[in-house]
Amino acid sequence: MKSKSDIRTLAEIFCVFFKIGCFTFGGGYAMIPLIEREIVNNKKWIKEEEIVDIFAVSQAVPGAIAINSSTFVGYKIAGYKGSLAATMGVVLPSFGIITIIAAFLSAFQENPVVQAAFMGIRSAVVALILVAVIRMTQTSVKDILTALIAFLTVILILVLNIHPVITIVLGGLVGVVIFAFFPEKSKRIMKGANENHDIY
Amino acid sequence: MIYIRLLVTFIKIGLFSFGGGYAMIPLIQKEIESYNWLSSSEFADIIAISEVTPGPIAVNSATFVGYKAAGVLGGLVATIGVSIPSLVIIMIVSRFFFGYQKHPLNMMVFYGIRPVIVGLVATAAVSVAETAIFNSGISWSSVIEKGMNMINFGGMFIFAAALIALIKFKVHPILVIVASGIAGVLMF
Repeated sequence: MKSKSDIRTLAEIFCVFFKIGCFTFGGGYAMIPLIEREIVNNKKWIKEEEIVDIFAVSQAVPGAIAINSSTFVGYKIAGYKGSLAATMGVVLPSFGIITIIAAFLSAFQENPVVQAAFMGIRSAVVALILVAVIRMTQTSVKDILTALIAFLTVILILVLNIHPVITIVLGGLVGVVIFAFFPEKSKRIMKGANENHDIY
Repeated sequence: MIYIRLLVTFIKIGLFSFGGGYAMIPLIQKEIESYNWLSSSEFADIIAISEVTPGPIAVNSATFVGYKAAGVLGGLVATIGVSIPSLVIIMIVSRFFFGYQKHPLNMMVFYGIRPVIVGLVATAAVSVAETAIFNSGISWSSVIEKGMNMINFGGMFIFAAALIALIKFKVHPILVIVASGIAGVLMF
């Protein structure tokens, strides 16, 4: 690649991410292997070690993982313009499809067959979310304290109707307090995290 | 104006959703509840639609909520809104984050935030269950009042079957959703 931000490169970035956006079902985590195959193996735009760090950062900062990692990869390849091209590419397919579905659903919402189908689907969605909870528990709940934090979050939201943002801030504060006042505990936690090669 | 309200709301949602995917659900729900953009059962349907259509769940639900609230332009505005925090934060972070990723304070903050995300996702399961498996909101008074009548047995059966299919037999989520939709048509 001669000039990294020429129109052809940007168009290529857009197309690759458009393709990724078309074929990922089930949200951000499902997108990770696809980005890896397209960007690292096929296009060779980014090295394998770099992509692991990019996924780690994408999960650590706010925002959807899919958008974060697309923005990041685009930026690495072609700067600001690259990140815009990548983000637009990854978002467009789902925007188009959902707009059509939302329009279609409004017309059929009162249909009893559609209602019955969604009644059944909602029950399955509860199971899907529970599976995600179980998977996340394995990497995020490692001791009594983190178990307590998870439990208290549920109570704060469901019983006391606290805003979710407040619980996120409180969780972060627990970490800061341990770091500031309990250096021994904090060292133990970090040692454990490093041994497990956590990416967050 | 509704477009500005959608934009600001979804910037806020993008800004405070850590962990992606289902972690966004309680946040989006809280916000749309306060504006009455969608009913809670319509909201549960977004999750199902997001699972069977490609793309990140955050974008899917932003587009859906925006469309329902204010048509195609509403969907566009909400989608842009939910993407803005990612664009801005990643552009800043990508310049110097790599050096701080293993900083102890950073690690400890996420030690505290990660279990909160687990709790948030768990509450998303509860709120969808209220519209699918139970006939009313889950509270002590409804348990005492209605007893077993508050359980929707058809919904409970589909839920249990889906859970077994997903965990025990590793069936693909899209297949589980399609099958449960067919089961719904046959049962309800």
